[in-house]
Amino acid sequence: MEQEKVLEVKNLQKHFKLGRKNIVKAVDDISFDINKGETFGLVGESGCGKSTTGRTIIRLHDATGGQVVFNNENVHGKKSKKDLLKLNRKMQMIFQDPSSSLNPKMTVMDIVAEGIDIHKLAESEADRKARVEELLETVGLNREHATRFPHEFSGGQRQRIGIARALAVEPEFIIADEPISALDVSIQAQVVNLLRGLQRDYGLTFLFIAHDLSMVKYISDRIGVMYFGNMVELAESDELYRNPLHPYTKSLMSAIPLPDPDYERNRTRVAYDPAEHDTSEEPEFREVKKDHWVRCTTEEFEQYKRQLENK
Amino acid sequence: MSKLLEVKDLSVSFNTYSGEVQAVRGIDFDLKKGETLAIVGESGSGKSVTTKAITQLLSKPQGYIKTGEILFEEEDITKYSNKQMQKLRGKDISTVFQDPMTSLNPTMKVGRQIAEGLIKHRKMSKAQARDKTIELLELVGIPQAEKRINQYPHQFSGGMRQRAVVAIALACNPKILIADEPTTALDVTIQAQILELMKEIQREMDSAIIFITHDLGVVANVADRVAVMYAGKIVEIGTADDIFYNPKHPYTWGLLGSMPTLDSDEEELYAIPGSPPDMLNPPEGDAFAPRNRFALEIDTKMEPPMFQVSDTHYAASWLLHEHAPKIDPPESVQRRMQGFASMDDGKDGED
Repeated sequence: MEQEKVLEVKNLQKHFKLGRKNIVKAVDDISFDINKGETFGLVGESGCGKSTTGRTIIRLHDATGGQVVFNNENVHGKKSKKDLLKLNRKMQMIFQDPSSSLNPKMTVMDIVAEGIDIHKLAESEADRKARVEELLETVGLNREHATRFPHEFSGGQRQRIGIARALAVEPEFIIADEPISALDVSIQAQVVNLLRGLQRDYGLTFLFIAHDLSMVKYISDRIGVMYFGNMVELAESDELYRNPLHPYTKSLMSAIPLPDPDYERNRTRVAYDPAEHDTSEEPEFREVKKDHWVRCTTEEFEQYKRQLENK
Repeated sequence: MSKLLEVKDLSVSFNTYSGEVQAVRGIDFDLKKGETLAIVGESGSGKSVTTKAITQLLSKPQGYIKTGEILFEEEDITKYSNKQMQKLRGKDISTVFQDPMTSLNPTMKVGRQIAEGLIKHRKMSKAQARDKTIELLELVGIPQAEKRINQYPHQFSGGMRQRAVVAIALACNPKILIADEPTTALDVTIQAQILELMKEIQREMDSAIIFITHDLGVVANVADRVAVMYAGKIVEIGTADDIFYNPKHPYTWGLLGSMPTLDSDEEELYAIPGSPPDMLNPPEGDAFAPRNRFALEIDTKMEPPMFQVSDTHYAASWLLHEHAPKIDPPESVQRRMQGFASMDDGKDGED
């Protein structure tokens, strides 16, 4: 079955200027596609550019170079207000910190309804209220919560408000930037179950950005691993965990703590040393196996191929 | 092994405008020389407050120890004066806090912050302290230590800063190191490094560690024994193997079940419904009952006592009472336990 692409990221670059001379290449030439209805996980350490990628895709940052194509339409570049509105409605974002991403002076009703108002989706005041209440129930809150303010809620509940706000405009594609890292373990599972349920019910597409690899593996269909602004490996999540090829991916995976004392006692951590690559040749992003991409040099490419054949 | 620290029936409360918040409600545990005790629980379960009570760093006058005693080398330190405590803190008991950015003084050179304790507690001269500081920085794996001591915290990366904090905590060879979520703010690769470092230093110095975290993966990595806290009480305590391979309390099941395993493809995670209780008015009976799908009628009326499972393993749940219906852990938790058993062949820890 040919899968329908929702989002294509082509050679995306985002550089930040620091003063006159220094440039931080937060995202440096990355490309990937996201298919309809799938969850794409983006992992990496802090500072690797995964959040910047998410924010550039949704146009919170302007791209320095490259393209983001959403439903066959370029996200960046000059746009009329009308086009921009249309785009914003289809693409939404859930932020990491549920306390700083909700306006403390607005009631939950107004927070969730903001998108409904902007896009004029409600026919009447009663319709607006009904929509918000339905959304709150969808994300597991009560309709009575609508009149309260964000500070009256716990972290997990606030994150649910953030999710309800993103859902209010009936988006197709949601970027979730570390949506669970600020939450307690037991609440994390609640929110992840909620996100998966919503995806099933509404056919949503997710870009899930996180550093918790076990959670990313659980929720994602495909995973991209980022390192210093580059994507170093991209594969289906099972494949990535079974056959990690890039040394950085291996090191990242060997560092995940598992809730199993025996495994932990015998664990050996693999450290990543960028110096082990041959620097005389600029590495490229190559497909080692079907749908399994690694950033490597020609020599490494051959080596990885052999490695997979021997498995 | 002798008991280094004994906490007996400790209760800590905070006076607030809306009333008394009972953060810790009668807990008992002990700590032996050279061992690592992990305290796990959600935010608000009282795990940090417990350690702050030990070092008397509770925000005063709101926070106070309501009942109980804390015996350090058989002396009750809750009765210590401020001056006596200051001698103890940093020397015998030191703490590594969660956020390395806020626990270092931004206007003071890193070297001086480490040397401070050496000069004060170990009566070293400045030159001696400087040499020792360099040695400590090298011990925690900071390269070019001689250059680094003259730098300020903002010139260190997050992982390096946490290493410096560990160096401060270790400066006076403490008998007890309290690590309050020391790796939560760090990346997994850095986290692994810091954990390895702490274990290595523990082996060298034979200190005991109280490790506070909510990440069960980290617990499995560092802990000899584990105490699970919920709503200000220890609900289950035992060796790491007891807690991970033979958990008895439904809350522990929930914690274990809410973490996905790397080879699981389950449709739903086993989440604990609801949210933790309000400690202003803790519920009657078992505080976990409203979120417990296995709750019995008695749970809403009477608090369960600690039932002994084995010599090392205790849990507070009415399910362990001899008249209680026999309930097995939920399937996903059982599968996880079996999965672990099959991962390493020669092991027969399951029963």
